[in-house]
Amino acid sequence: MSNSFLIILGIITPLFAALFSYVCRYNNNLRDSFGIIGGLITFVISLKIFHGIQNNEVFQITFFTLFDGVDFAFKVSTLGSIFSLVASSLWILASIYTIGYMRGAGEKNQTRFVIFYSIAIHAALAIAWSGNLLVLFIFYEILTFSTFPLVGHKQNAESQSAGRLYLSILVGTSLIFFLPAIFWIWLETGTLDFQDGGILINKFPAENLSFLIAMLVFGIGKAAIMPIHRWLPAAMVAPTPVSALLHAVAVVKAGVFSFLVVIIYIVGPDFLLQTKSSDWLVWLACFTIMASSIIAITKDDLKARLAYSTISQLSYIILGAALASSLAIKGASFHIITHALGKITLFFCAGAIYVTAHIKKVSDLKGMGYKLPLIFFAYTLGALSIIGVPPFIGSWSKFYLIMGSIEREFIIVAIILGISSLLNIYYLLQPVVIGFTQNSKKEIKLIKAPLTVWPPLITGLGCLVFFFYANYFLNNISGVIVN
Amino acid sequence: MFDIFLDDAPALVVVLPLLISAIIAFMPSKIWPWIISIITLLLHLFLSLHLLKEISVSGLIIYEFGNWEPPWGISFKIDGVNIGLQLLFSIFVLVSTFYSRKIFLNEIDYRDSGKAYSLWLLAVGSLNGIILTNDIFNLFVFLEISALASISLIALGAGQNRKALLAAFNYLIIGAIGATFYVIGVGFAYAMTGTLNMNDLVIQLAQYSDGQLAIFAGMSFMLIGLMVKAAIFPVHIWLPPAYSYAPSAVSTLLAALATKTILYFFVRLLYEVFIIYPSYLSLFLDFVLYPLSLLAIFVGTVIAIYQDDIKKLLAFSSIAQIGYITLAFSLKDHSGVASGFVHIFNHALIKGGLFMAVGYFAILYKDRVTLNSLKGFGYKYPITSFALLICGLSLIGLPLTNGFISKLYLFQALYTNQMYFSIALVAVSSALAVVYFWKIVEQMWFSEIKFKSEKEDAYIYLPIWIITISIIVFGLYSTPIIEFSNLSADYLISGYQN
Repeated sequence: MSNSFLIILGIITPLFAALFSYVCRYNNNLRDSFGIIGGLITFVISLKIFHGIQNNEVFQITFFTLFDGVDFAFKVSTLGSIFSLVASSLWILASIYTIGYMRGAGEKNQTRFVIFYSIAIHAALAIAWSGNLLVLFIFYEILTFSTFPLVGHKQNAESQSAGRLYLSILVGTSLIFFLPAIFWIWLETGTLDFQDGGILINKFPAENLSFLIAMLVFGIGKAAIMPIHRWLPAAMVAPTPVSALLHAVAVVKAGVFSFLVVIIYIVGPDFLLQTKSSDWLVWLACFTIMASSIIAITKDDLKARLAYSTISQLSYIILGAALASSLAIKGASFHIITHALGKITLFFCAGAIYVTAHIKKVSDLKGMGYKLPLIFFAYTLGALSIIGVPPFIGSWSKFYLIMGSIEREFIIVAIILGISSLLNIYYLLQPVVIGFTQNSKKEIKLIKAPLTVWPPLITGLGCLVFFFYANYFLNNISGVIVN
Repeated sequence: MFDIFLDDAPALVVVLPLLISAIIAFMPSKIWPWIISIITLLLHLFLSLHLLKEISVSGLIIYEFGNWEPPWGISFKIDGVNIGLQLLFSIFVLVSTFYSRKIFLNEIDYRDSGKAYSLWLLAVGSLNGIILTNDIFNLFVFLEISALASISLIALGAGQNRKALLAAFNYLIIGAIGATFYVIGVGFAYAMTGTLNMNDLVIQLAQYSDGQLAIFAGMSFMLIGLMVKAAIFPVHIWLPPAYSYAPSAVSTLLAALATKTILYFFVRLLYEVFIIYPSYLSLFLDFVLYPLSLLAIFVGTVIAIYQDDIKKLLAFSSIAQIGYITLAFSLKDHSGVASGFVHIFNHALIKGGLFMAVGYFAILYKDRVTLNSLKGFGYKYPITSFALLICGLSLIGLPLTNGFISKLYLFQALYTNQMYFSIALVAVSSALAVVYFWKIVEQMWFSEIKFKSEKEDAYIYLPIWIITISIIVFGLYSTPIIEFSNLSADYLISGYQN
């Protein structure tokens, strides 16, 4: 199979999954199975591409020219191959989980849900493999629009207003900041292609670079840096599979991925290090990390707490990109994997608790640890990974980020990262502590939903196992940065 | 024998619809006026294509009526500036006439069919005259014919809603004031130079090289008159009610083409004639047109957000979009004028498609289309709804649609002129466009009401989809539009004078 064909196949497989789900909409089991099949196919393709990239193969396809110097083209970068691997592998588990959750919770409109879920994955894969900034932008918008029906799924007043907020912030920022920034880059350089080392150096006026970085980081609203973070907690009204796969993996990771790609392949880390145009962003990222951790502590709703934790974790990646040293970027890139694995575990568990016991609040979890031991076990694994305790995979990315900040002599940043880990311990492990220490007098009727239990266990154990195979990815990521 | 016709093609594209219009006016049938109109417009398209062929060879056609040599006789001029617009005009009119039949049958008494198509062709012929004429007084004549035809067409909407009469009356009065301003300006120009021919005017005006108060007064009168007619903010108030209460087919024609043709003449007057007074021109562009365009963009978009009536919403969005076009024209350089023309083409398609789709909904709903009435339409009428969605995304300016191409070139033009404030405003306004458009989408697909899909009329959705597909095609392959626009800008900016 030729390499370009592989890209096309990978991108259209989710679309076909959506189509087949629609065709088989009257047979629930058949309809839902296409998510799993599609996940398996895209996973195999992503794996093939990942290995190909390691062996210096080129995965590239150009369709047609959109305007001067900008083609509708896909070209897989190292970072893109990693992102697609994460998204497609977790799509398999999320599809299994979706079946358990949606049926357990008795949600309506399941067909529409499955279809838009697949389209969102399609957009995420296309973002991962996009060949230039405009193609990335196109699928960035498709991702926003395709997740809107998922956020507003319940169609009540609350989810409708949440959906509006979600859309207006994401589309608004992308049209006001991101697209003009893309035009600006194009006008200055005449191209938007991703190239190792960036395209801006010697072409873009260095004194305006800080401004461009600001337009990009605020324009890519999916990266959820403060003050453009309000959409993420609002989006938590969506059913949990959406929060798990999309708002812990596909959507927000597409955001930070886009920003990383811009820093690595458009601006170029060297150019950033020379001009120090992103140093202000280091502090904004630190502020976001701390502020959202503190807000997370105050949230009693488990999903809202996880949402703020996500905001804080995303800023780790932005921080790494802003530091722009090779270690920091390595850490930031690896954090895409580690946080995805950890956070999807936590969301899976939150959803499983909701489906089986109808509990949403942390304070209501009293004594639940004994009733739902497997879920709490998985939750603990995920939480420990995000906190960054060895031997969990999350410890690697934190390690590299701290090393990166020391390399750039931002000692305070290293300290802030440490404090943030302490805060993580508090707000992520508090549910576990409550679950096992306090006893509840209330009798709670449990609903069995086994399909929601196995996926978090797998991802949770993955957090543990992959700690020992981290080199497999880390070696690959070293190829991301050309110094 | 055919050559005789082809030699007179520039005159025929205008005269033919006008002639046929007189013939079909009192035809009692409900189908024949439409068939004859379609045949006429097919011929019209053929003639336009012939003109394109001629232009690509010679680059310029001056057609003298009755062989009276200009500046004494009336003449038409076809060159790179207007050939693109002529072609777009021809094609769009044909498509919208095809679309109009079922719409007219639903919205007006079928016995009025002959009169309606008579007025329709009258509007088509006179609007085409505006595109081709090379004579400032002749333009006034066409302006008046097109205004009267449009007003009568708008008034036909009274069968649906009596407010159409008020809207038509408004347009009549305000349009007449605009036309009066224009003709006063023409009077000044004629008094000073003794000529009405545009090419000759340039030569004659050269004798007043420093300019004269009377000339400037005349120029100002002409420009203000045209601004009223082109609905440039703040003299746009006639437009929203006129577009929204007219029969749906009429709104389509007017929204897509009427203001565009006048805008074209406006820019031609500015850059072909008034360019000989650069100080006056830059005064007008920098301190009148530029700020007004920014206001139009902002105010039009914000008012559109608060509209409940969909046709009014689209009309206010048109005010903002006209603002984009005039903003581009106020830039005084090649990139600006070219991007203005790009948006004239693209916006004609986008707004035409949107009005077509909404017009069909009005018929299906049998009442005025408000946000509320659209509930569940996405499921009920999927084919038309999907076309509306694509046109709307193009209006916002998302990539892969022609609206994006417009935005790209507008940004480029603004950037080369270092107008960063305008860039920010355009970006914000395009984000605000999401707000009003998404209100429609939300009602259509995400309301609690569900319908089974119903059969849609192929005679209506086919033309809608032709426009929609052209929107996508020109989004992916924008070269033709860019070429025509660059050609127009080449002719205008190089100070091309015959």
